[in-house]
Amino acid sequence: MADGSPTNFSSDAVGRTLTKAEFVEAVYSKIGLSRRDSAEVIELLFESVKETLARGEAVKISGFGNFIVREKKARTGRNPQTGNAIQITARRVLTFKPSQVLKDMLNK
Amino acid sequence: MNKSELVERLAERAKITKKRAEQVVNLVFEQMTEALQRGDRIEIRGFGSFTSKSYEAYTGRNPRTGETIHVPAKRLPFFKVGKELKERVDYPRGRPGVSGGNSHHEYVDDDDDDEADDRADGGAQLG
Repeated sequence: MADGSPTNFSSDAVGRTLTKAEFVEAVYSKIGLSRRDSAEVIELLFESVKETLARGEAVKISGFGNFIVREKKARTGRNPQTGNAIQITARRVLTFKPSQVLKDMLNK
Repeated sequence: MNKSELVERLAERAKITKKRAEQVVNLVFEQMTEALQRGDRIEIRGFGSFTSKSYEAYTGRNPRTGETIHVPAKRLPFFKVGKELKERVDYPRGRPGVSGGNSHHEYVDDDDDDEADDRADGGAQLG
């Protein structure tokens, strides 16, 4: 019986993977740039997003979701194997918060 | 940065019109949404990967009121940041490479190594 425990999910991956090559192909066939320009524009798109995030700035794509950089404070953690206390330094991490639109699209 | 700022940046860098840049950005995120709808994975090298997970329906309880609530089955998207981007986001905090991991070492000036500091401490006044 399902009880809401964190194990009641399954990964949907069925073997197919979307990669940059398919973005390039779509830009080539639907927007009409050359293959070479399509490849470059896809690289530049993701590079622009990465540069912004590397500066610590969020990237918000309406209808898809927000990529947010979070500051994590230093804390004392524990090696779960040995039980030893270890210092975890302050860090910045990237999180993705899907938009309600995207969540709805997955559940239509 | 929001989507229209991304469009502008892309138009500028790729030297294409804003209209084209907008088509590209929309196309990419549409493709990603459709892939997740199909249950496919997305893997963008240097950036990260997206997957979706399906959750079974369950009967939960509002802990405050004790009311029984039915939580329907649902699918949720997940993002896992790629190694390169993970490091680029964290790098400004001063991790690997910067003064050999001596993160407790405080620098007042912009000397590029520890020895310069020691020399200054050694009392040799430049003059």
